[in-house]
Amino acid sequence: MKEKALDRRSFLKVGSLVGGGLLLNFSWLSAKAVKNEVTGQNEFLEFNAFVKITPDNVIQIMSPNPEGGQNVKTSMPMIVADELDADWSQVVVQQADLDTKHYTRQFIGGSQAIRQGWTVLRTAGATARQMLKEAAAQKWQVPVSEVTTEKGMLMHSKSGKKATYGEMATAASALPVLQDVKLKDRSDFHIIGTPVKNVEGKNIVTGKPLFGIDTIKEGMKIAMIVHPPAFGLKLKSYDVASVKKLKGIIDVFDIKVFNEDYERTFFDTTTFNEVVAIVGEDTWSVMKAKKALKVSWEPFESHSYNRNMFGRKSSVTVPAGLESTSESMAQMTGLVSKPANVKRQDGDVEKAFENASKIVEAKYSAPFLAHNCMEPMNFFADVREDKIEMIGPLQKPELTEQALSARLGVPLEKIDFKMTRLGGGYGRRSYAHWAIEAALISQKVKAPVKLVYSREDDMTAGVYRSTYYAKYQAALDSNNNLIGFKVNMGGNPESPIHENRFPAGAVSNYLAEDWEIPSNITTGSFRAPRSNFNAAAEQSFLDEVAEAAGKDPIDFRLDLLEKAKSNPVGQRNDYDADRFAGVLKLLKEKTKSSQLKYPGVSAYFCHNTYAAMVVDMEIQDGSPVVNKVICAMDCGLIINPDGAKNLAEGGIVDALGNALFGKLTFNNGATDQQNFDQYRMIRMNEAPKAIEVYFVENDFEPTGMGEPTFPPVFAAVANSLYRATGKRFYHQPFMSQLS
Amino acid sequence: MAKYNLKINGKTREVDVDAGTPILWVLRDHLNLVGTKYGCGIAQCGACTIHLNGIAMRSCMLPVSSVGNQEITTIEGLSENADHPVQEAWLEHDVAQCGYCQGGQIMTAAALLKNNPNPSDEDIEATMSGNICRCGTYLRIKEAIKTAAAK
Repeated sequence: MKEKALDRRSFLKVGSLVGGGLLLNFSWLSAKAVKNEVTGQNEFLEFNAFVKITPDNVIQIMSPNPEGGQNVKTSMPMIVADELDADWSQVVVQQADLDTKHYTRQFIGGSQAIRQGWTVLRTAGATARQMLKEAAAQKWQVPVSEVTTEKGMLMHSKSGKKATYGEMATAASALPVLQDVKLKDRSDFHIIGTPVKNVEGKNIVTGKPLFGIDTIKEGMKIAMIVHPPAFGLKLKSYDVASVKKLKGIIDVFDIKVFNEDYERTFFDTTTFNEVVAIVGEDTWSVMKAKKALKVSWEPFESHSYNRNMFGRKSSVTVPAGLESTSESMAQMTGLVSKPANVKRQDGDVEKAFENASKIVEAKYSAPFLAHNCMEPMNFFADVREDKIEMIGPLQKPELTEQALSARLGVPLEKIDFKMTRLGGGYGRRSYAHWAIEAALISQKVKAPVKLVYSREDDMTAGVYRSTYYAKYQAALDSNNNLIGFKVNMGGNPESPIHENRFPAGAVSNYLAEDWEIPSNITTGSFRAPRSNFNAAAEQSFLDEVAEAAGKDPIDFRLDLLEKAKSNPVGQRNDYDADRFAGVLKLLKEKTKSSQLKYPGVSAYFCHNTYAAMVVDMEIQDGSPVVNKVICAMDCGLIINPDGAKNLAEGGIVDALGNALFGKLTFNNGATDQQNFDQYRMIRMNEAPKAIEVYFVENDFEPTGMGEPTFPPVFAAVANSLYRATGKRFYHQPFMSQLS
Repeated sequence: MAKYNLKINGKTREVDVDAGTPILWVLRDHLNLVGTKYGCGIAQCGACTIHLNGIAMRSCMLPVSSVGNQEITTIEGLSENADHPVQEAWLEHDVAQCGYCQGGQIMTAAALLKNNPNPSDEDIEATMSGNICRCGTYLRIKEAIKTAAAK
């Protein structure tokens, strides 16, 4: 009997399998009623980890993942609500806390929330709906097959009986959880595929405290950090007396983010492992103390730390030295002309180049980039003996919780992570060293603490996008067929190569090589990691090759994709040639009627989504003017068309800004840019006058929209600028190349 | 430290702070009005925009001692119930992505429309280019301002 009682509340857990498959499994939870926060009278009855319904018919859907502007807090619950057959107007969405027992993959990254959440979210909704139908059938003494649902109502047409979900919630939530529930036919979706407004819209426009930096708690202190002014330096000494006497200052001390013996996982990147913390009563007092603090720094020696990547252990060496962009550029320029690690080789590429009638060659580069989330890094921590409360914006809460557990020597059960809305992430908030810093500071001062980075801290102590360099070479035969293709690329410190992506598979003789330069500058994921440079360089180059071949840029790509489809070279080609061609064909159709002056074409596939676009821009009085961007996407089924469109527009504007202006440079280990007066961000007057977004209609399962629109923009900009100015733009940011 | 009686969102609020404290931190740390955001601290991004006697101002570089009797309006005080035409237009166009900058954008836009009820595209761009949106929602912001202007 006891076991059966446990059966009553089950919820679904989805885990991703290697290779992108989905594993559905059930885990179990004892019955629990949650007080209704909406009415204050009725209790929420829990159907599973995603669905709760009150007897007075309020339907609460939990949104499992952190929300950082990708709109998952709307789109993920939409999927649950549709399968539940709920009336969206009665749905209340609630952000879930980090809860590894009930949810998996509660993180932002890789544009995977919708793709990997799709089946579990549907199943959660469908299971709850079926339980409601069972309860109604039992109450009405009719076969369950005769019970239907529509917009939050249960119906039996023969008898004319009707009930709201709320009326059946008590009985339904007490039933054993059903397995193998049938999901809806797509033709029955009534929420998925319709434009649904952001569930947080009203809170955003009225300035409600949604963000981590807005956290205020009883007795809370404010903390800031002072970090070395350059990569390659470490803390030597600091003068506590110089600031401790200042008004509003409580304490000054140094903290160490990770201990020497700690095995760091992928996201345990910390910019500076030892920093000075200043704690005070309010932000302004701490900011003043930060300026007043006397600190000495010294160069560090080359050293190493341990890494453990899901069981693969290694030692990572951090080189000594104060790096400068001019030196690393010179180093990279040299490396692209030397043989490097061969990542993929098809046919006989040297012979193809010997037999070529035309050879095209070009070199491309991109600088370091800072993420510049509008909400600077911050976190709230309250570390007590019995419990640790952590509140804030981060992309990988589960991994951060594990790191914190290891750092403090406290079991995971004692740590609670609450996820606030992220004022932007773009990869930066995957590396939550500041959450650990906040916890260490709270532990030391024995008080709840909100750690806030200044904009300067945020920009000068970042986990940046690497800087990259590439050389591309193409061989054309006398009929202008592409017979050979070579790419040699690398980065400081990360290689951006994706050797199995287009045009691999479409060229008989192909060589991809890469290299890396070690650095002590911390780098990590940045919106569409590696793809953002790959696409920029490769799609600019293909434009130049198409021109040399005397072909239209879209047709040139379509011809290559036709070859990749009908007679693919190699086995590991990382794209579906048909779907890739599909977005180019849609783009061609949509641009046909547009009067474009300087169309620059680009297309890329990454994060399971295909994107093709045309940028039409020119330079007027030395300033870029973007007249129009037309974008064609294939992300399978669209959950929220207007949300998807918004995300595409944002990705395009963001990429345009980075392509034209974005750069972070180093001089003796220190960034030349400290704030927005030195780091140029795109502004409204530089945004496109118009953006058109079109989606390929098909029956594929939905894939993500957060990243895929970003990479192709760079080359579309370069290719349009070429048509507008007669000059090829090889080195980002392009505006630096204009003079 | 000194005491200041500030007129904020139609009420008088007393604070005891350092004379140089920017209004941004007075609002956020001392009055729990966190809708006004910290973005850069040097008046470059516009996330901290408030109205001072109806004029859009960057609060991050505005010392509390310089405000005196002037009326401060924050995003929390722009309307009673999210029904300012600019807020309504923002919801109609579903402008926000991460949403962090939008309070500042709305305050700048509301001040623009007060002075210039029918702004041209150029007027909108000139005024709004002081506010950064890292998510890139500029096209929707522009459309929302036009919608609000038409009301």
